[in-house]
Amino acid sequence: MNPEPIYLDHAATTPLAPEVLKAMLPFLQEEFGNAGSIHSKGQSAKNAIEKARRDVAEILWCEPEEIIFTSGGTESNNLALHGVLETLSPRPVLRNNGKRRSKNTHLIISEIEHPAILHAAENLKRNGIELTKISANKNGIISVEDVGKAIQPNTKLISLMLANNEIGTIQPIREIGKMIQKINQESKTKNQELFFHTDAVQAGGILNLDTRHLKVDLLSLSAHKFYGSKGTGILFVKKGVRLSPQILGGGQEHGLRAGTENVAGIVGCAKALKLAENSRKKEFTKLEKLRDYFVEKILAEIPRVRLNGDSKNRLPGNTNFSFFGIEGESILLRLDFEGIAASSGSACASGSLEPSHVLAALKIPHKWLHGSVRFTLGKSTTRENLDFTIRKLKKIVSDLRTLSPLE
Amino acid sequence: MNQNWIYSETVKDHFFNPRNFLKEDEVSFRANGIGEVGSPACGDVMKMWIKIDRKKDQIVDLKWKTFGCASAIGSTSMLSEMILENGGMKIEDALKITPADILKRLGGLPKNKIHCSVLGDKVLQAAIDDYFRKSKQVGRIVGGIKPKIICECLGVSERELDLALAAGDQTFEDFQRRTKAGSGCGKCVEKIQKMIAKKLK
Ligand SMILES: Cc1ncc(COP(=O)(O)O)c(C=O)c1O
Repeated sequence: MNPEPIYLDHAATTPLAPEVLKAMLPFLQEEFGNAGSIHSKGQSAKNAIEKARRDVAEILWCEPEEIIFTSGGTESNNLALHGVLETLSPRPVLRNNGKRRSKNTHLIISEIEHPAILHAAENLKRNGIELTKISANKNGIISVEDVGKAIQPNTKLISLMLANNEIGTIQPIREIGKMIQKINQESKTKNQELFFHTDAVQAGGILNLDTRHLKVDLLSLSAHKFYGSKGTGILFVKKGVRLSPQILGGGQEHGLRAGTENVAGIVGCAKALKLAENSRKKEFTKLEKLRDYFVEKILAEIPRVRLNGDSKNRLPGNTNFSFFGIEGESILLRLDFEGIAASSGSACASGSLEPSHVLAALKIPHKWLHGSVRFTLGKSTTRENLDFTIRKLKKIVSDLRTLSPLE
Repeated sequence: MNQNWIYSETVKDHFFNPRNFLKEDEVSFRANGIGEVGSPACGDVMKMWIKIDRKKDQIVDLKWKTFGCASAIGSTSMLSEMILENGGMKIEDALKITPADILKRLGGLPKNKIHCSVLGDKVLQAAIDDYFRKSKQVGRIVGGIKPKIICECLGVSERELDLALAAGDQTFEDFQRRTKAGSGCGKCVEKIQKMIAKKLK
C-alpha cells in the first residue's frame, strides 16, 4: 500500500485549505458574536460577513447585495428553483379547493442535472409546474439549439449546470444566456419574463464565474468544492429577480434566507473563493496537463476501457472511465485497499439500485455502464500519484476480469 | 487498511481472496452442470460450473464467475466454500441452501446490499438442474424444464411466485420482501403486480 493515501475524489469534496481554516478560527473562538447583535462582538461578525459578501461579489462581478449565503449547493439550487417559481403569478400551488391550477408556468432543466436540481424540479412538477428535461448528446453536452426549441411562451425559468459533477462536461452557458437575453429584449412586456439559473457548484474556483460574462440571473456555489468548509454555499441573485424566501425567520440575508449566519463558514467561503480565483488559471493549466496525461496513459495501458463524457470540453480535473465487464464498487473497494479514493456511478457503489442517471443518459452499453469510475484531481495531485494509481488499477481491472463471466 | 469498512471481515476476506473461481478455461474443467443467472443490465451476472459424482449424488467440485459488486463476489465465494467444505455436499442438501444461510455465514451485509447476494442459491439450482437435464434425470429438475423467469435481475421465477402466494403473500411488497424481485432494474414490477392480482382473483 502507498504510504500516503491518494485522494482522487475532489468532485465529491475537497480538504479545507490551511489559510481558510486560519481565517475561520477567530469566528469559532473569540469573535463568536451573533451578526444580529448591536454590541461590538455582534458588529465584528456582521462586518466580517459583509466583507465576505464584497469579496465574493468581486469575483462574480456583481453587487454585494446580489449575494446570498446559504447552507450549501443543495440549498442554493432549491432556493433558486422554488424561490423564482413561487413568486411568479399565477402561483404554482394548490388552489383553496385542492385542485391544481392549469399548467401555466414552465421550467426547463437538463436530464443530467445534480439531484438537488432534479428532485426540486420534480417536486415543482408535482405541484403543477410544467417541466421539460432536455437531453444531452452522447458526450454529455447540452445544445443551445435544443434549449431554444424547448422554450415556450409560458417558460419562466431555465436551470442548467455550468459543469457536470460526474463527467465534468462544461455546458455552453454563455451562449444559452445570450439567447435568453435576446428573447427577453424582444419580448414586448416591460418586466423580464424568462430567468436563467446555473448550478456552478462544480465550476467554483476552476472556471470563470463572471455572472455578466455568463449572462445568468442566478448562480449556485458550494464552498466545500473549492477548499472551503461543508455547509456553506452562495446563491447569486441578480437585481430585479424576485425571489420568494424558503426559510422564514429573523430576516437575515436581506430577508431571503433567515437564520443566524454561519459566520465562520461564510468567512471561509469567501477566503477560499478568493484563494482559488487568484491561482485559477495556473491551477487550470496544471490540472489539465495532469488529466490529459492520466487519460492518455489509462486508455493506452488498460484494455477495453472508455472515457465517458467529452474528451476536451470538460473540467480540467475530471476523468470518468468505464471498464468493460466489471463492476464499479468492486474497483473502488480494491482501490481503497491500496489507499486510493475515487468514486463510481455504478448502482452498487451509490447504494441505490439504479446506475447513475448521467451515465445512463449517455446511453453507455450495460456491460460497460456498471464499471464506471470517476477520478477527480485537485490541488494536491501529483504525477506520481497518478502513476501509482494506474499501476494499481491495471492489476485490479485484470484481477476482476478473471472473476467476470462477461465476454 | 482502516476500520471504516462497510462490509464484515468475512465478506472482505472473500472479496479480496475469492475461493474456487474458474481460473482455467471452461472446457478443461469438464463440468457436468452449468448455470447462469442475472443480466448485465441489472449489474449482476453469476455463472457456476459443477461436477457431480452420480453414484454418490454429491457435488465434488465447483467453480464460479461473478460480475458484480463486493457483496455479489463475496457471497458466491462463500457459497462455493459452503458446498465444498467437508468433501462436498449431497445434491439434496445443496438444494436446501437459502440466501439467508449464505448471509449468515457472511456475517451479514449492509441492508442495501442484500439484493446483490440473492443470486447465489439460484445459480446453484440452475447448475444442478442443468446436470439433471444432461444426465436424463428430468423428473428431479427443480425449476421445471424451463423455469419461467419473471424478474430477470434477481432470477426470480413464476414458480417462486406461486409458492409465495401459497405461503400467504398477498401483495407485491410481501413477495418482494421474500424474494427481492423487482429490486434490480425495476422493469418487471408492474408485470408482477398484475400477475399477483390475476392469480389472487
Ligand atoms: C453540481 C452540484 N450541484 C449541487 C451540489 C450540492 O452541493 P452541497 O453538497 O453543497 O449541498 C453538488 C455537490 O455534490 C454538485 O456537484
